[in-house]
Amino acid sequence: MEQITQIREVLPSWRSLRNMQPRAKRDFKLGMLFISPWLIGFLAFTLIPMVATFIFTFLNLRITDGLLNPLTFVGLQNYKLMFSDPQTWTSLWITVKFGLMALPIGIFMPLLLALLMNNPALKGQNFFRSMFYMPYIIPFVAAIFLWGGMLNPETGWINRALTSMGVQNPPGWGNDVFWVYPTYIIMGIWGIGNAMLIMLAGLQGVPTELYDAAEVDGAGGWATFWNVTFPMISPVIFYNLVLSIVGLFQFFLLPLVVNSGTGRPGGATLFYNVILYKTFFTYQNMSYGATLAWLLFAVILVVTVVLFATAKYWVYYASESR
Amino acid sequence: MTRKRSLFNYLWVTLLSAFLLAIFLSPFVYMIFTSLKTGEQISVLGSPLWPAAPGTFEYEGKVLEMFSVPLPDGSIKDMAMFKPGRSVSLFIDPDNPDAGAIEWEGNWRGLERPWQFSPAWSNYADAWNSINFPRLLANTTMYAIISNIGVLISCVLVAYGFSRFEYPGRDFLFIVLISTIFLPGTVTVIPTYTFFALIGWVGSWLPLLVPTFFANAYDTFLLRQYFMTLPKALDEAAMIDGAGPFRVLWSVILPQSYPALMAITVFHIVYAWNDYFGPLIYLSAAREKWPVSIALSTFNGIYGSRPELIQAASLMTLLLPLLLFLAAQRFFIQGIVITGVEK
Repeated sequence: MEQITQIREVLPSWRSLRNMQPRAKRDFKLGMLFISPWLIGFLAFTLIPMVATFIFTFLNLRITDGLLNPLTFVGLQNYKLMFSDPQTWTSLWITVKFGLMALPIGIFMPLLLALLMNNPALKGQNFFRSMFYMPYIIPFVAAIFLWGGMLNPETGWINRALTSMGVQNPPGWGNDVFWVYPTYIIMGIWGIGNAMLIMLAGLQGVPTELYDAAEVDGAGGWATFWNVTFPMISPVIFYNLVLSIVGLFQFFLLPLVVNSGTGRPGGATLFYNVILYKTFFTYQNMSYGATLAWLLFAVILVVTVVLFATAKYWVYYASESR
Repeated sequence: MTRKRSLFNYLWVTLLSAFLLAIFLSPFVYMIFTSLKTGEQISVLGSPLWPAAPGTFEYEGKVLEMFSVPLPDGSIKDMAMFKPGRSVSLFIDPDNPDAGAIEWEGNWRGLERPWQFSPAWSNYADAWNSINFPRLLANTTMYAIISNIGVLISCVLVAYGFSRFEYPGRDFLFIVLISTIFLPGTVTVIPTYTFFALIGWVGSWLPLLVPTFFANAYDTFLLRQYFMTLPKALDEAAMIDGAGPFRVLWSVILPQSYPALMAITVFHIVYAWNDYFGPLIYLSAAREKWPVSIALSTFNGIYGSRPELIQAASLMTLLLPLLLFLAAQRFFIQGIVITGVEK
């Protein structure tokens, strides 16, 4: 993360490549040899596909029965279609709306849990740590079925518990236009173990001298958190934040499996990537799918760049000289 | 005073964690209980949460049905019905069968039946037989093992190239590698899929297996971080003895990297076992090549009205990753710590 923000300093100059000593030349060749699997893979599965996605947007590429239609250049037709289709904007709005609900939970729940796990008063830290992590390794489809059963409006344990506590009209969860989002979030909370452990590793990396110094200065719990803990783990939070945002923009597996990608209930689960998936996979319309993908990529890129620009105000890298 | 306070602290922090954990893991209990219920129990509203069947009692070689019988003194006793009658029925007290039949006046049809713990193990056999589990397990295991070999070979080589050689552009390329972690997969999937469709690989395992031999950012990063912690003095000693770079990697670095290699292996096996999207787009039409994740997702449509089978099948698919995790917890946690420190 830190290195990404300092990319300019590591770009090689051509002069340094040309005037190499024999020893350096040998290192260069060997280094390139060893990283060549990744270099080839990066070209074949990342860089070329990225460029191809862009080129696709100007074509009328469809795969029907495994054969290509005669290819033609269609100019900006795919873009016109995309920008004039109201579904593009409603699905993007659904994605953003859900992301705004899920993001704070996806950041604060792992952080709070990591703080609890890092509390010296907790007995059996290793046990708790492992157990909170454990649902993360459960197959995604199995986890959906577990929670689907737990949250079944009629027979699920959650609503049985709510009813027994005197709740008159327990939520309809996955069948309800509003409650379907909390349903996804609850299913997602089961996977916070990984983010929790990353945050916990960050917390354990905070030097104890800093806490001692804060105590000497008479800082209370809250002041210590804001002035010591938070700055020290801000790189880890930043990392989780970027990954969560990129992930939430592409959110679609839950609506695909839980609601079969139909948008039930009432179109509330027609996320952007559900539309994109159906366009390229179900209808095999590669060019329109690529256009949708390119718009999503542009949106994610803008958000990520803005986020990286804010990093210098709140993300603290201990190794930086300031 | 402080000791008392710290004891109180221990107590409430640990109890709070235990309470949260109980809620967090309660779906497992739901899954186990539901997978052992009969369809009849599930359809009865207000039936117990645990697997149960209407109670029975064996008396003199016969299986009698249990009923909750109100006694004259106002209490209710669960008794086995020996002989039903229109206005008088005979019951056996299960706690004291030797006392013989007890007469009870009233209509037995109005009596409730008590639930008795009764797990329906046959659900597991039914779920096992309803989708071809042995073949699914074989497919998934094959995927996990071959792709893991690909990941290990390629990521070890690439991490070695990023950690043990100095050359211009290395740090730049490493940043490119790390950046791919944040790259949305959406922007590459369509041409990749189109390409694999054109060369006729859709419907085979190749689109899922071949790319694993070209290194991925997560595992390369983890290995590179680990290699950086190993002292270079040993490499140099081996090189003075005439070892080439492959020899150094194989005989010096790899033997010291056991924890990192284990971490990658366990992470990758779990990843491959749970992978859904890749098999979904490449193997949907090739039913005989399905991994467990895809087959399980079809359960919802086919057995939507049989939650007990869905839960039994779910439990069988999560058993392997769960056991692997419980056996290799420390490698999972270490793996995250290795990558987590430098973010």
